Amino acid sequence: MSRYLERAENAARLIETQLHMLLDLPSLRENPNAWKPLVDITGDGDYFSEKLGKPTMENVMFFHTFSNDYPHSIKSCLTAARENARSVREVIPSEIWETINKLYLEVSGKGTSSKAFKNPHKFYSDIKMASHLIIGIAYTTLSRGEAWHFAQLGRYLERADKTSRILDVKYFIILPRLDDVGTSMDNVQWSALLKSTSSFEMYRKKFNLISPKNIVDFLIFDREFPRSIIYCVNHSEQSLFRITGTPTGAFNNELERQFGKLSGKLNYSNVDEVMSIGLHEFLDGIQSDLNNLDKAIFENFFEVKPLTDNRSSGFQNQ
Amino acid sequence: MNFDSYNPENFYDEFFEKPGQPRAEVKKLIDRINSFPKEELTNRQKAAEAAFMQMGITFGVYEDQKGLEKIFPFDIIPRIINARDWDMIDRGVKQRVFALNQFIDDVYNDQKIIKDGVISKEIIFSSVAYRKECQGLKPPKGIWCHISGIDFVRDDEGQFFVLEDNLRCPSGVSYVLGNRRVMKHTLPVVFESLPIRPVDDYSHRLADTLRNLIPDSILKPNIAILTPGIHNSAYFEHSFLAQQIGEELVEGQDLVVMDDFVYMRTTKGFERVDAIYRRIDDDFLDPTVFNPDSLLGVPGIMKSYRAGKVALANAPGTGIADDKAIYSFVPDIIKYYTGEDAIIPNVPTFLCEDAKHRQHVIDNIENFVVKLTHGSGGYGMLIGPFSTKEQQRQMIENIKKEPRNYIAQPVIQLSRVPVIVKDNFEGRHIDLRPYVLYGEDIYVLPGGLTRVALEKDSLVVNSSQGGGSKDTWVLADEPN
Repeated sequence: MSRYLERAENAARLIETQLHMLLDLPSLRENPNAWKPLVDITGDGDYFSEKLGKPTMENVMFFHTFSNDYPHSIKSCLTAARENARSVREVIPSEIWETINKLYLEVSGKGTSSKAFKNPHKFYSDIKMASHLIIGIAYTTLSRGEAWHFAQLGRYLERADKTSRILDVKYFIILPRLDDVGTSMDNVQWSALLKSTSSFEMYRKKFNLISPKNIVDFLIFDREFPRSIIYCVNHSEQSLFRITGTPTGAFNNELERQFGKLSGKLNYSNVDEVMSIGLHEFLDGIQSDLNNLDKAIFENFFEVKPLTDNRSSGFQNQ
Repeated sequence: MNFDSYNPENFYDEFFEKPGQPRAEVKKLIDRINSFPKEELTNRQKAAEAAFMQMGITFGVYEDQKGLEKIFPFDIIPRIINARDWDMIDRGVKQRVFALNQFIDDVYNDQKIIKDGVISKEIIFSSVAYRKECQGLKPPKGIWCHISGIDFVRDDEGQFFVLEDNLRCPSGVSYVLGNRRVMKHTLPVVFESLPIRPVDDYSHRLADTLRNLIPDSILKPNIAILTPGIHNSAYFEHSFLAQQIGEELVEGQDLVVMDDFVYMRTTKGFERVDAIYRRIDDDFLDPTVFNPDSLLGVPGIMKSYRAGKVALANAPGTGIADDKAIYSFVPDIIKYYTGEDAIIPNVPTFLCEDAKHRQHVIDNIENFVVKLTHGSGGYGMLIGPFSTKEQQRQMIENIKKEPRNYIAQPVIQLSRVPVIVKDNFEGRHIDLRPYVLYGEDIYVLPGGLTRVALEKDSLVVNSSQGGGSKDTWVLADEPN
């Protein structure tokens, strides 16, 4: 449930930032591939071009928001989050259920898509705020038991994955050639990268100036920022160990072993090492580790009672 | 609501050449707005006002007991500047700020411009903005005015003039950024139909400009914005800029000077501050040097500055270049330091200090705008045609008493743009303040603050006198 909500929130933020950025970059607006990165981030480009064709603004917004067929669209995510919430209604505070249900009804209601195209800023910002509201309700009313820790686990893994994908795709678009690293840069686009992970203002507190390397450092290795990859992995790991009761630094099963491996890789590396390995290779590795964790979580906790899951549908497991 | 009945009258209208004939650069905008369903524009205007309120882009109104905060009045019809005009403004501003910076440096050091007889020393040393304490100062990289704002007006022929230079603590840039943010949400469809140059770059440029003041050997510098405090009318801007550049916002009491270094109090003890963007006037900056009664400043900060241990933006003493008597010499200043003619002319200015000028002003006071040489914000100003005999008499008395403090300029019929008045468009007078950063090079934020005199026929655009603002759209290229 928390994972689907996080996914919907991230999609909403991504589109909102993109709309905002394009208003500032008239030249990019006319570029037929301006919206393509938002497809690339999903890793489901083939599906997109088969079903929808060209990455126009309308197509990409539809794909991310209203598509019924695409399991990672906001609408599909909210449907799934609502289904999950319904199935655990008896263990979660009723405000959480009601807020999710309200959000679902708003987004899936008749005429919503014309509303979204007419005033996209309000539409996407409402989704984001509703997701924040749900997190806030959980934070203040949900006991720190299993339900809480499962929610944390799902949310942080999803977030780690999104941050790594956004960084991976956008970094290489903004840097046209590798020789340009650290030289010319376009502040508007780098800011948009930060804003699409809600990190612009916090980044600014930490680093004075916008530089690609600092952005990579911040989004992967900042231990205090709650959307950096390391923060997300560390916090999901903590929740996992609270669920299983295994002491940290040890492992009792394959899942815990893989978690330890990933967190070791992040906690004992730094931005210089990442740049020398190659950012893309590093992030690719992180993404496949995260995918493996998903499988391991599924095998470890849910295989006894399989949920409807999109893993079998051939989509990128994101 | 559409432009069909809009009448530009006998002014230079930024939108219409004559009734029903829009200028090329605004045609697309007008077509879009004309196509809006009835009520749509009014609804969006309301939404924009609500957004300002929600974002807290407000200023305090001390007298008004009911509502303690008000938004700066905003009109959603943007002001548009075509690429050709902007190119000229951009070059004119760079030329002007470069020359003014040279001038300030010269005044406080070699005084060549005085020795060469371009400006008399009397006019410089009699300025209240002249700081003898700054004599001999050498700011980092020779830059004094890092952050400035140049006020432009356009007359009834459409000619641009520089009306004022603001080289102390010009405010308003946060409204430029705020206006843009709100406009992107309010009229996105209109926005994306035109190639509008972005303004979001300002905060990056400001951060770079401040960083440029600090030696490269300091790897992790601390920069602070010094505010007079939460009750200052521009406090919103101070906190906004601090947030956007990710630096500390401090008040005088947060800073101390020890061994010539400036430190700020933090939860972990004192931390050194390497550069300060100060938003308090020279007078209040350091009670041991300037006004001894100041509680806002930092005792000893000037000593630290002289010793090169802290950088200040702007440097103390820059006010000399925005004295309105000095202003009348700016074309000569530009010629002297660059060898070029001023790209953008001054408004003709009469110095009351000069006996001949003074008599002319007194004889024709009903046709002049009379201003205090060190005033800003529209205070202490007389607009001849709109003044009473009694006000004129009083002003003449003031001029005779302290002629150095007054200048006079002919009344300029400022250009107009349409604003929404109830269910209609009506023309209102405007000016323009582009913002300038002087770091490694000179950067002019494309656009700036367009201020509107919201009252019908009023020529006073200052926010303290009932002015509002508009988003300013600078187009990246000529419309097809």
